[in-house]
Amino acid sequence: MLAEILHTLPQVLIDGLALGAIYAIVALGYTMVYGILELINFAHGEIFMTGAFIGTAILITLTGLGWIAVMPALLALLLVLVITSVLTGFIGMGIERIAYRPLRKAPKLITLITAIGVSFLLQDLVRFITEVKRGNYILTGPSMFTDRVEVKTSSVLSVFNDASFKESFIIVFVVAAIMMITLDFFINKTKWGTAMRAVAQDRDTSALMGVNVNKVIGLVFFLGSALGGATGVLFAIQYGTIDPYIGFILGLKAFTAAVLGGIGNIRGAMFGGILLGVLEMFASANLTLMTNGVFGAEYKDVFAFAILILVLLFKPEGIFGKVVMEKV
Amino acid sequence: MKKYIDLMKSYTDKVKDNKLAQGILLGTYILVTTLSLYLSGKSVIAFLLLLASLLLLHFTKLGRNTKWGIAALVLVVLLPLSASQGDAYQSYMEVGTLVGIYVAMALGLNIVVGLAGLLDLGFVAFFAVGAYTYSIFATPQAANFLSFGTFPLGGEYFWVFILIGGFVAAIFGILLGIPVLRVKGDYLAIVTLGFGEIIRIVFNNLDRPINITNGAMGLSSITPPKLFGLTFTFPSQFYYIALVILVLTIFVVRRLEYSKIGRAWKAVRENDIAAQSMGIHLVRTKLTAFAIGASFSGMMGVVFAAKQTFVDPTSFTLLESITILVMVLLGGMGSVPGVILGAAIMTILNMQVLTELTNWLNQLSLNNVISIPDALSPAKMQRFIFGAILILFALYRPQGLIPAKNPIFNAAKLKNGSTPKGQEKQKQEVSLKKESASYVNLDS
Repeated sequence: MLAEILHTLPQVLIDGLALGAIYAIVALGYTMVYGILELINFAHGEIFMTGAFIGTAILITLTGLGWIAVMPALLALLLVLVITSVLTGFIGMGIERIAYRPLRKAPKLITLITAIGVSFLLQDLVRFITEVKRGNYILTGPSMFTDRVEVKTSSVLSVFNDASFKESFIIVFVVAAIMMITLDFFINKTKWGTAMRAVAQDRDTSALMGVNVNKVIGLVFFLGSALGGATGVLFAIQYGTIDPYIGFILGLKAFTAAVLGGIGNIRGAMFGGILLGVLEMFASANLTLMTNGVFGAEYKDVFAFAILILVLLFKPEGIFGKVVMEKV
Repeated sequence: MKKYIDLMKSYTDKVKDNKLAQGILLGTYILVTTLSLYLSGKSVIAFLLLLASLLLLHFTKLGRNTKWGIAALVLVVLLPLSASQGDAYQSYMEVGTLVGIYVAMALGLNIVVGLAGLLDLGFVAFFAVGAYTYSIFATPQAANFLSFGTFPLGGEYFWVFILIGGFVAAIFGILLGIPVLRVKGDYLAIVTLGFGEIIRIVFNNLDRPINITNGAMGLSSITPPKLFGLTFTFPSQFYYIALVILVLTIFVVRRLEYSKIGRAWKAVRENDIAAQSMGIHLVRTKLTAFAIGASFSGMMGVVFAAKQTFVDPTSFTLLESITILVMVLLGGMGSVPGVILGAAIMTILNMQVLTELTNWLNQLSLNNVISIPDALSPAKMQRFIFGAILILFALYRPQGLIPAKNPIFNAAKLKNGSTPKGQEKQKQEVSLKKESASYVNLDS
């Protein structure tokens, strides 16, 4: 059994890293918002989904205009990423302004309920627009970066099988890495980043120190949503077909990643995302083998949720988080 | 103009405190709507107006027993009788049955969310557990993993299974509730959501290694209930089953609300650490909330399975859980009449109004009056409508349509009336006052 698991390990790792990179960036959005408002922004998964749709729509339009054929593919991708992230960033800010800000003093669960409402609303809006435009809400984008690259992992260790990946995997991974490093730099080294960390620590005190709290919260939503939207584009390119309901489960798993890494902790979220992606791929490839066919790959979601529940039950502060005492 | 307004006002003021006038007006209203439904045969508006009489009844100043009597008259006799004239009889009764089922479920969730303040986003899982408990044994399915007994069981067993379904769901509630000991607030919401999804996925895949739930194919031709040789197959018959269980549910919920455990739930909702320091056993209190809420849902799951004669995992998605949450929030968290109203509105909206609107719009498009794209058909806009209701109510009316009320006790009367005779008097003195906080405080 071990040999068989080892055979597929390189491929599992590659697929897991691609998925994990996506989880990691979406998890960043959850963790930033939670760090600053202590709110699970349920709508974040939907922002990701909206990003995927906006990106695909732009790509389809560009293809229709014949620009894709003459433009270098990388430039087209960059253009799409920038436009999408700006648009989803503003959507995120708008959601915060309309649905969350009036409730900042309300009990947390009321805000959580609004977040679920926003999430449903976005799902249906996207479904509706796509269905009106295309007649079907399942959308397949133009195929880009589909050439397969072979990796001769068998020459490294004889137990490994050869693995292969699409070119888009490199794109996903590199773009994700750039985004994460930039965000990390932004938060740790710039003035706005310092303001964000200050607000996350103590909103009232940082307001007294001259930080414009509302602006900072808006910025957090902008950044998180922009990253989420861009990730949506990456997802659409990597996996091809998208529908308006991809965001919820993926968002939930990204939230799992954020909790796994310690919620509110930026680097933890990145680590948690990668870890969860690899674990999930590992489970979907090997669950059948490990349980003698009792559980198959269809239980991979159960596996991810089980991780979430176990982490929340036994280590709610996550891998890198701090334990917080609660008082009346 | 002003004169007329003043005149109107003086009339409404007179009616406000006059039980007789209210009774006569309500009676006329019920009579008119019943007659119009009876004569028109198929009229959704008349049907809805007749149901609305129960809402009016709620706001009248009539005595409690009179109210129950009128409600019983409307629901047991007038509604089925007047609807039975048209060919849409079964579809009206279907809506009536579903309203009963969803109201009971929403009341169950109301205990968990509204009273105990534990946001449960996977509530439909208990409904699924109840539905599957009956359907596995009421189809040949059980023979796959049980070596004794003959399956499917006869329809007489349905009545036992209502209790078994509730019991099994309660056990699941306790199993799910054990994490409650460790997480709270929004983490709890996520955990329950995860559990709900896990249960659905497991039901979806439990056709291997042993075929228990028949996977995504679902279980079909479930035995209909039987009583004294009478087989229940039509919605008009299930209507009465749902009604009986619903009345029991309302009775239990009302009794629980002001009981010791009910007050403990509210204390936990307001602040669980403070409640604990006042001597409330947190674990036990929360687990009871989960178990009782789940058992209502499980019982109705059994009824649902028997009525549909078919269950499959797609009936138990997250959307259903959220729908029940919308019912509770719309009506007013923690308020029993509110939740009943919310659940009724949502079910009727879902089952009747949206489909009727869709049909009407289709009709208009066919006649080239207007053209509505298929994507916009109201029946497809469920998520949009639910989302909008959640946001609007959370933002502008978090206490719901009929806000929860807390009884105010007259301290002076309580001190004086220690004799049995005095106690009877106090009961009347218990007046209901609106909760002063605009938010039902769920979480500290």
